[in-house]
Amino acid sequence: MYDFKYQKASSVADAAKVIGGDSEAKLVAGGMTLIPTLKQRLAKPTQLVDLGGIAELKGIKKDGNAIVIGAMTKHVDVANSPEVKSAIPALADLAAHIGDPAVRNRGTIGGSISNNDPAADYPSAVMALNATIVTNKRKIAADDFFKGMFETALGADEIVTAVSFPIPEKAAYMKFPNPASRYAIVGTFVAKTGGNVRVGVTGAGPVVFRWKDAEAALGKSWNADALKSLSVKADGLNSDIHASSEYRAHLVGVMARRAVAKAG
Amino acid sequence: MPDSGIGAAVRRKEDFRFLTGKGNYVDDIDRPNQSYAYILRSPHAHAALGKIDTGKAKAAPGVLAVFTGEDIKVGSLPCGWVVKFKDGSPQHEPPHPVLAQGKVRHVGDPVAVVIADSKAQAKDAAELIEVEYKPLPAAIDMNAATKQGAALVHDAVPNNVCYDWAIGDQAQIDAIIAKAAHVTKIDIVNNRLIANAMEPRAAIAEYDRGTGEHTLWTTSQNPHAIRLLMGAFVLQMPEHKLRVISPDVGGGFGSKIFLYAEECILVWASSQVNRPIKWTAERGESFMSDAQGRDHVTHAELALDKDGKFLAFKVSTLANLGAYLSTFAPAVPTYLYATLLAGTYTTPAIYAEVKAVFTNTVPVDAYRGAGRPEACYVIERIVSKAAQELKIDPAELRRRNFIAKDAYPYQTPVALAYDSGDYFTTLDMALKSADYAGFAKRREEAAKRGKLRGIGICSYIEACGVAPSAVAGALGARAGLYEMAEVRVHPTGSITMFTGTHSHGQGHETTFAQVISDRLGVPIEQIDVVHGDTAKSAFGMGTYGSRSLPVGGSALVKALDKIVDKGKKIAAHLMEASEADIEFKNGAFTVAGTDKSTPFGAVAFTAYVPHNFPHETLEPGLDETAYYDPKNFTFPSGTHIAEVEIDRDTGDVALVNLTAADDFGTIVNPMIVEGQVHGGLAQGVGQALLENAVYDARSGQLVTGSLMDYCMPRADNFPSFSVGTHATKCMHNPLGVKGCGEAGAIGAPAAVMNAVIDALGAVGIHDLTMPATSEKVWRAINGRQAA
Repeated sequence: MYDFKYQKASSVADAAKVIGGDSEAKLVAGGMTLIPTLKQRLAKPTQLVDLGGIAELKGIKKDGNAIVIGAMTKHVDVANSPEVKSAIPALADLAAHIGDPAVRNRGTIGGSISNNDPAADYPSAVMALNATIVTNKRKIAADDFFKGMFETALGADEIVTAVSFPIPEKAAYMKFPNPASRYAIVGTFVAKTGGNVRVGVTGAGPVVFRWKDAEAALGKSWNADALKSLSVKADGLNSDIHASSEYRAHLVGVMARRAVAKAG
Repeated sequence: MPDSGIGAAVRRKEDFRFLTGKGNYVDDIDRPNQSYAYILRSPHAHAALGKIDTGKAKAAPGVLAVFTGEDIKVGSLPCGWVVKFKDGSPQHEPPHPVLAQGKVRHVGDPVAVVIADSKAQAKDAAELIEVEYKPLPAAIDMNAATKQGAALVHDAVPNNVCYDWAIGDQAQIDAIIAKAAHVTKIDIVNNRLIANAMEPRAAIAEYDRGTGEHTLWTTSQNPHAIRLLMGAFVLQMPEHKLRVISPDVGGGFGSKIFLYAEECILVWASSQVNRPIKWTAERGESFMSDAQGRDHVTHAELALDKDGKFLAFKVSTLANLGAYLSTFAPAVPTYLYATLLAGTYTTPAIYAEVKAVFTNTVPVDAYRGAGRPEACYVIERIVSKAAQELKIDPAELRRRNFIAKDAYPYQTPVALAYDSGDYFTTLDMALKSADYAGFAKRREEAAKRGKLRGIGICSYIEACGVAPSAVAGALGARAGLYEMAEVRVHPTGSITMFTGTHSHGQGHETTFAQVISDRLGVPIEQIDVVHGDTAKSAFGMGTYGSRSLPVGGSALVKALDKIVDKGKKIAAHLMEASEADIEFKNGAFTVAGTDKSTPFGAVAFTAYVPHNFPHETLEPGLDETAYYDPKNFTFPSGTHIAEVEIDRDTGDVALVNLTAADDFGTIVNPMIVEGQVHGGLAQGVGQALLENAVYDARSGQLVTGSLMDYCMPRADNFPSFSVGTHATKCMHNPLGVKGCGEAGAIGAPAAVMNAVIDALGAVGIHDLTMPATSEKVWRAINGRQAA
């Protein structure tokens, strides 16, 4: 780990000021990606701004027809939240299977979506549930947030403060994990909200995407069999020693069908 | 009698300190004024080394010294075994420098060492070292490496072939195969594994200028062998000036047997900088510097008669050695492999040839089982394949060919003579425990859920308790393989036992104490077992090859016999009886036919307070040392049965049942044995389903260089294991023990893969290489070529 300055931000404005004035400064939320990166000397930030002390970023509440989760809420708290379990059990289930217990007890939803790892679980739910990402500056629709591999719509001094998930009629997440890292080789989140169907796919491509053919088919008939004749093209999907793009494309279909069946 | 003797499931004495955080591992130790080493490693698989500029690094804050191969002119890391070519000429033994000289030969090859006040400073400074690398084409794929025109890992080794060795009569076997009613052929890959002990390797070296004594704390399975190899071959340092301590060690699995460059560098450098130096590997360093395991490619042919009797077995293997000869590497694919190819069967004629190949990859050496898992895998896969081809039940085919219960001692055609065994009983136990008879029903039920269910059998044998020194010497070993035990009885009857074996998870402190408790009638609380320090144990060859109890335990029994013999003399004197009339049992010396009795403690006290003592014929004290050289290998055996379910849509393989029925001879502590079996099975399942060391075929980069990509098995990869034992005693050691440390890793891979292939039989697939990863299985089911 290279040397850096460390400071605990007292407010979101305080943190935004620091990162706005220093392009080499980094925010640290749960640190589940950043700290290993630092330890391997793969990053050399000038300063770390720790968001862990900002109380307003933590917590889960029901707000009308949505569940709003503070950016610094840990995965374990989403997994165990009575509000989430009752309103969007699929989201609690997703959170309960992120990484391992250590990761779930440190990692946060804001950190996960801001990092936008192509194999992270949360982006699929954000997409499928058509969540709104709330920042210190604005509200961003899910479709506009995830730009590319490790790339988001966040500006230089913009910080995610919360994610607002509309409560769906039906939803489920199915993940085919990498056996070593337990990241998603393919994770498919299906949701029907206010009559609209959305399917978010993570792990398969360089960035989370919606499988629109599946959405259309499921919009007509919410049934796993509705997806039987559909497939995702392997071109442009991720390929590594664990799964070729062809295999990933196949798994998107399998996981989507299983998710629909699970959602009931 | 205390209830802590042989056969009791005594809780482990060492666990109190481990479970309360009081273990003492190398990285827990800090020496006064300690400095830290960081090893700069090659980023290239193969490159010529140009200029190395260490100027900036030497000037960096906190740096004490920077050394390269130019500075550290010491001996080459030695190889402990010589294997010969078919024509009798010895293997190629290219130099293995502790820091690269002229060339780097694998990613991770040590190039320089920085010693600094802190670990971070050493690492910072290492980034300032400027190394000129001229990248060379690399030899990565083992088969390609032997071909004309391939890049040479060592210029002096033609075709990268270290040796081309054979055992048996090829012409005889070819003649039998040509005439046989049936010949089963198989091509096998035994995947390369990385041990990944929970504790990475670590070392501290300290030099005492006043006495000229060097002390090395290191994560070793055999500190005396490290002292001998390092002192005699690398640093030219006499034993009395070099003390090697292996304190608590967190797992080895073979990877901590060997003498490593870092240990030598630290001992040498600590006298240069005159400060203690600590080095602890990071996990990434472990991946690219700990010796790796397995990595064979094999073609085998089994000839059978019309009734399924095995007639001849022919095996041709390429074995990857990596870039350098690690300490015991040459023995693993030869004398620990081909000599096991009879397995549990009466196959009368066997021929094996093994070509060992240098490649630009991390060196390969012994890993849990070492050669025997590879042999077992070839045999047990081909036997199951033959059963499938001949439509004979695989259990029945095994039974037809097992060595009969009354055939011992049984001389195999590949040098080994088995002293005892009963493969029928362990097979039957396993079949019953796995409900083999009910399998067809379970398969049907699984099919209704859309799953392919398969069952696989593996009836393994292994050779343990390495090894009779004369035999090992005749086969090329440069060391003896006896073991030492000292039993020091203290004046008030408590006991310290010193062993040359080393416990790094095996529970020796309990098992050996149980043997002592059993023999001397002393409660286990009054017995301590000391290991891992060359200044405490007189000598020893360490722990590997399931040898600690068969060899070290036998030395212990010999030492205990000496204690009892001397005790009888003292007791005879005390009770004014003839020595011939003294009996020892239940912790007391008695005079036969009388009620006269002297407890063991009183005899011990007399030995040290010899007021009333036969001084004319006996020395005071009660402290005996014994060395034991084994008369033969021991031959644990058994049957493992695995049952899997395959998800047709994803190719995911779920292990649903795993049964082991093992014959380990006498069992001292059944709880510890069960733990050893569980651990071994876990590693075997890991090899079959999850683990695989992958190098980029062109660049030689280790693609699976971290736990994010190298898949170690975890608890949720396993069902609850069903394990049991049946003992036939070892006939040539005093306890009748055979060893249990490696069996699981030996039997499980073939059991699991036979189950996977049995499951895939339903869709017409009869072959698959390890590990059976989901994509590989999915491709097989869907008739797709490998990605």
